[in-house]
Amino acid sequence: MSEKLPRPSSLWEYANPRRFMALSGATLPFVAAGTTVALIVGLAWGFFFTPDDYRQGSTVKIIYLHVPSAMVAINAWLMMLVASLIWLIRRHHVSALAAKAAAPVGATMTMIALATGAIWGQPMWGAWWAWDPRLTSFLVLFLFYLGYMALWAAIENDDTAADLTAVLCIVGSVFAVLSRYALVFWNQGLHQGASLSLDKEENVSDVFYWPLLICLAGFVGFFVLLILIRTRTEVRARRMKALQARERMT
Amino acid sequence: MMPDLGKYAVEVLSAYAVTIALMLALLLLSLRQSAKTRSALREVEAARQAKATAKGKADG
Amino acid sequence: MIALLKRDLALSVRAGGGFGLALAFFLIVVTLTPFAVGPDSGTLSPIAAGILWLGALLSCLLSLDRILALDFEDGALELLATAPIPLEGVATVKALAHWLTTGLPLTLAAPALGVLLNLPEPGFKWLTLSLAIGTPALSVIGTFGAALTVGLKRGGLLLSLIVLPLYVPTLIFGAEVARRGAQGMPLETPLALLGGITLATLALLPFASAAAIRINLR
Repeated sequence: MSEKLPRPSSLWEYANPRRFMALSGATLPFVAAGTTVALIVGLAWGFFFTPDDYRQGSTVKIIYLHVPSAMVAINAWLMMLVASLIWLIRRHHVSALAAKAAAPVGATMTMIALATGAIWGQPMWGAWWAWDPRLTSFLVLFLFYLGYMALWAAIENDDTAADLTAVLCIVGSVFAVLSRYALVFWNQGLHQGASLSLDKEENVSDVFYWPLLICLAGFVGFFVLLILIRTRTEVRARRMKALQARERMT
Repeated sequence: MMPDLGKYAVEVLSAYAVTIALMLALLLLSLRQSAKTRSALREVEAARQAKATAKGKADG
Repeated sequence: MIALLKRDLALSVRAGGGFGLALAFFLIVVTLTPFAVGPDSGTLSPIAAGILWLGALLSCLLSLDRILALDFEDGALELLATAPIPLEGVATVKALAHWLTTGLPLTLAAPALGVLLNLPEPGFKWLTLSLAIGTPALSVIGTFGAALTVGLKRGGLLLSLIVLPLYVPTLIFGAEVARRGAQGMPLETPLALLGGITLATLALLPFASAAAIRINLR
């Protein structure tokens, strides 16, 4: 991996495993450093230096975990969808491996969002669990992640697994959106509306807004960092398999 | 240093604990897998290299 | 295509084909429910519609892996893939055969089992209607799941794990229609949405199923 590679002329060249390894290896330390700083600053700011909400008391501090993890949970699936489409259309192996790498991260984030939601819901709604549509959609999303990962794990041939999971991811996305609207219809929720959008006037007030943004950045960084690490692992594992197969041939 | 969390201290602290534990677990697991495959791949590649040089010597 | 449908129907009615198994399972679920929640008709009648929908859904799940697995094992699927009919058509016919042997009998049996669970009087017609509209979607989605897992040795459990989340919207709207019908509430919206889901899955999912079969046959 030490030979000099010519300068890439388009983004697609990063689909070349070797080039991906070079680039991701170079950026990894920066992503790791940025993520650590953002997470520590954001969470510490949120935990130690924000006032309590007059209505929700100190439970409002859970927002710094709940909202970012929920956002990453959804966007991880979105990223898997894009990666799956790229794999199906352009057959870049790195893309399929990135989708595979993202699933456990997304599932963990979903779990965090569910757990913090339940812990937050206990004092606010008086119950650990309420079949609120948003909370329920996350449970359904978690099931989707489980099915997706199980399918990856079950199929032995790598390319077949990549193809089938990509198809499942696309169909699953449609059904996940459908479920979301079905659940809203099924039970009108307890959740407050958007807690973070561009017009922050009517949303969370300033004192909570900035640490929340930093936490968001931290969680996104964490996601990117893990994707890089896990995709690199997958690329290496794939190369090893190929080498071993070649060994057996000769 | 510790902020006064009022009557919801258990909830807030457990939420932070759960989150940090899960994230750390995932991170450590990923790092361990990464290290494992990295060393395994290095081994395979080294073995291949050794074989190639041995073969080269025999031929030369 | 008609010939294929006839063949599938004949195969599933024959011994070991699984026809009747789903019905028996449905009956057992309904029988066990009062054991779990108590025989009080005040408890049973509000949940009857939901239990019947859930029971029908689970019964549907039982026979899904039979849709394609046998044909895959004896090579018939490969012949079908090279046959003049498109694979999308094959997937549709397979789903149709599954519905005729599972969804339709379940729909017809549901009112009788509704009696056992004290389903309120006005609910019967809506329960039957919602199942009649909703179960085709279950078969089509199930065929897609079967197509994904057809190449696996023990795909049964995995199949359930994949298919059940996909059943969520159908279950929600279907059970909503039956529940509202039982309580005499307006139900046009969920009924329309249920019909929409069935039509949309019927129109689009065979393409995904066919793609999955092709990948598995490669």
